[in-house]
Amino acid sequence: MRYIEPHGHMVSRTTDDYQAMVMAGCAAVCEPAFWAGFDRGSVAGFRDYFRQLTEYEPARSAKFLLPHYCWLCLNPKEAEDLALARDVLALIPEFLGGPNVLGIGEIGLNRNTRNELAVLEDHIELAVKYDQLILVHTPHLEDKLKGTNLILDRLKAHRGVKPERVIIDHVEEHTIRRVLDAGFWAGITLYPDSKASPPRAVDMLEVCGHERIWLNSACDWGVSDPLAVPKTALEMRARGHSAEFVDQVLYQNPVRFLSQCPKFLVG
Amino acid sequence: MDRGFIPVRAKLLEVAAFLDRVERHEVAGDFRCVALREAAALLGDGQPERARRILEKLSDPTTKPDRVSSGKAALGAWRPPAK
Ligand SMILES: [Zn+2]
Repeated sequence: MRYIEPHGHMVSRTTDDYQAMVMAGCAAVCEPAFWAGFDRGSVAGFRDYFRQLTEYEPARSAKFLLPHYCWLCLNPKEAEDLALARDVLALIPEFLGGPNVLGIGEIGLNRNTRNELAVLEDHIELAVKYDQLILVHTPHLEDKLKGTNLILDRLKAHRGVKPERVIIDHVEEHTIRRVLDAGFWAGITLYPDSKASPPRAVDMLEVCGHERIWLNSACDWGVSDPLAVPKTALEMRARGHSAEFVDQVLYQNPVRFLSQCPKFLVG
Repeated sequence: MDRGFIPVRAKLLEVAAFLDRVERHEVAGDFRCVALREAAALLGDGQPERARRILEKLSDPTTKPDRVSSGKAALGAWRPPAK
């Protein structure tokens, strides 16, 4: 079996996780920029993080023969400090030329505030200006539905945004259809307690189709499972889906989306 | 059915025991417990797409961005603003 982990926060994971993922068939891992668990206090803190994502982490991953890619942004959780956000956005272009940088992400909303929306719009503008792919984080729990609607409104309102170059992640049963119907890609995140479980993820594939969907573990420093994607392959096979179906969803789909960035050289 | 029934039976019992527990500890009036009971009622209404409808029931129904952040994490159920 082969699969892509399109959303893993590997700076928070151990080398044991890298080894387990490769042994399970992982062919590439993609790491969106995200919140460290605390707010970074300065632009210098972000510069160090972007260097970690573009220099150190791909080297660590390479020791396990695993290609590592990343996405850059300021996480919506840190968008309340507008002055810092502007300075960080100004820093991003100098890293966009890096050989493992796929685009801008994971941008989006957290608690659906005005400041978060303003910073989301700035990120969209940046992505369009530099012709970058976009990876969007949708909010947690009770905020997801409203946040997804606000995000879709902003993306659809920008004439420079091409929906086929945007993936909207962490969809669930109440948000997946509106994302796909608007022409965007959808990401289903497999978490033990929140977001989707493997059975619910396969339900969504069966009900909503599987053309523009990827699955990810979004493993980070919280409760999460870096092997959630291959475990979902087992759920698919147990329900009678073919090996070709599994390969399409877990490998071919992410390769198809990510290959829109010429730097993604897997597949 | 053979694969799915036992794990789901266990989860249903967890829901039932949780609702008993919050009553025993007299916190059943918490807005999250209220939301959980209302959401659970959808399980038996005979209509399709229960997962979608339960998620919608637990969601913030407002549409305008919030003026300021609470600075707190999401709680899993929407709390109507105090009147
Ligand atoms: Zn993430």
